[in-house]
Amino acid sequence: MSDFFTVSVLLATLAAGIRLATPFLLAALGETLGQRSGVLNLGVEGVMLLGAYGAYYATLRTESVLLGIVIGLAVGGAMGIVYGVVTLALKAEQGISGIGIFIFGLGLSDLLFQKQVGTPTPIDGLGDLAIPVLGDLPWVGEVLFHQNVLVYVAFLLVPAMWYLINRTPFGMNVRAVGETPEAADSLGVSVNRTRYITIFVGNALAGLAGASLALELGIFQQNLTNGHGFIAVALVYFGAWRPVGVMAGSMVFGLVSAMVLQWKTLGIVVGTTASIVGMFPAVLTILVLVLVSRRTGSPSALTRPFERGH
Amino acid sequence: MTTLIRSLIRRSWPVGLVVLALAVSACAEEETGRSADDPIRIAMVGPSASNDLAFTQSMVDSLNRLGQEYNIEVDITDGTFVIEDAAVAIRGYAEDGFDIVLAHGSQFGGSLSEIAPDYPDTYFAWGTSRDTFGLSNVYSYSVKSDQGGYINGAMAAHLTESGTIGVVGPIEVGDIKAYIDGFVAGVASVDSSITVNVNYIDSFSDVALAAEAAQAHIEAGADVLTGVSQMTVGATGVAREHGVLWFGSQSDQTPLGEEIVVASQIYNWDYQLGQIVEDLLAGEQNGRVITADFSNGGLTMAYNPNFALDADVREAADAVQAGITDGSISTGIE
Repeated sequence: MSDFFTVSVLLATLAAGIRLATPFLLAALGETLGQRSGVLNLGVEGVMLLGAYGAYYATLRTESVLLGIVIGLAVGGAMGIVYGVVTLALKAEQGISGIGIFIFGLGLSDLLFQKQVGTPTPIDGLGDLAIPVLGDLPWVGEVLFHQNVLVYVAFLLVPAMWYLINRTPFGMNVRAVGETPEAADSLGVSVNRTRYITIFVGNALAGLAGASLALELGIFQQNLTNGHGFIAVALVYFGAWRPVGVMAGSMVFGLVSAMVLQWKTLGIVVGTTASIVGMFPAVLTILVLVLVSRRTGSPSALTRPFERGH
Repeated sequence: MTTLIRSLIRRSWPVGLVVLALAVSACAEEETGRSADDPIRIAMVGPSASNDLAFTQSMVDSLNRLGQEYNIEVDITDGTFVIEDAAVAIRGYAEDGFDIVLAHGSQFGGSLSEIAPDYPDTYFAWGTSRDTFGLSNVYSYSVKSDQGGYINGAMAAHLTESGTIGVVGPIEVGDIKAYIDGFVAGVASVDSSITVNVNYIDSFSDVALAAEAAQAHIEAGADVLTGVSQMTVGATGVAREHGVLWFGSQSDQTPLGEEIVVASQIYNWDYQLGQIVEDLLAGEQNGRVITADFSNGGLTMAYNPNFALDADVREAADAVQAGITDGSISTGIE
């Protein structure tokens, strides 16, 4: 265990935790916005897969990572429009619709990959971007300020999302339609318009989360996200529908995963013990969810479709 | 054209009337029998993509080669990482009257043990495994993957400069464990002072975790890596980024990094498939365990032609392979 408590290993673990947390954070922030407006999207995983494939394919064909990021966002946004029409215009049950979006995303991303690419082909993805001055700081500089651009974007989105939800008129509308849509409607707030916007933004961020995964890894393959989207939804509950809480949850999940990896690499845990320790992130998430569910409630109108006069 | 290969990737399964129709079709097949001109119908259910450059692709490639020897018709359902989905596919193929149904994954054994007794005329095969459930229509296939692991490990020991080597494994079972144990033994056979860090990430498919495991190995000083299963595409990406050498297994992983992949152990299931097909053509059901190794051609090595491997290292690797093949070298792995 003493091998683990060295500065270099601890810093490497922290850096790995941040990298692992980034896709969760991006997707969970988007889902937070949607859920605060009363819309649950269990299809985050499927949207992430489509965003990941779109970003990967665009980068593979054009060698432009920037275009890959844009395509990831656009694909996610497009899926948001689809999900909005299904749940808001057609008033389909949100939970079931989300699962449908997941299955659609899983199948379509794989189909497109098989038809357009075939064998997994590496791309030059996101390289590290050192922030001037800050990147030169001892210890923390290497860990915090030598990351890829989407890591910075993800963490900067935390205060931005907090400000949007808590300090802007639009954010007030979001909270209103998520808690008492009838009252919001009576005050002239367009419930469905507000929800369309949150779904669009939330799904765009899910697409970006998928893009961050594919571009960080420099590869795509079937089911690349491997459950990241579902964990992101859980992290929204973990974070009690607050951006800072969601960030904390993402970091805990990423850091515990990174710590377990380091322990295994250094031979601190082996065999059955390693397998048991490997379950820590999931067990921790479940425990926190149980605790959070007891002390805080979800948005009152979550999963409830709005229909004027009902 | 005597060989007909149709690889149809199925994504969903018919229910109700369609299943009934298939059952009727299977009954008709049973009544009429299969004439010598009819193609042998082989179905495969694989856990990951057909082109995963790993376990599933190794069987797909073998089926393609089998088609050059026999008149076969192949149907593939890949991506069945959910075992229940695989079970539906396996039963569906049996209902559909396929002659041979391959459940290509050790995780499918439980399902197969329930399905196989219901279709005594169908030849089932699964692996990697050493269990036929006592059924004459069930074959299991296995590989002595420790042999290629040993060769890769010996080469890795020659090539490491830091004296630290990293292994990214999925789950500590079957041919995976055998490969990694063989690799560690191969390294030790050259230089027992070399440190080999082994990290099982407990997932066959978590590419991001595999990438971070590779990163952790490199930060621990590794300058040579190896790994098994479809999640290693994440690890090879990190290896490429850091210019760290890579040894593959199951399929030729050269496409994942022509500048870093040294060699790969390849699973050729041709040997096992050939035995099952011959049993079928002879009208015999001799359910048994069929193990592939270097001596029967079930395992081969593929060297990256674009990697400038030192001639001495290659010579040493060839000598180890020859010794394993003729039995003069043992990996020590049971």
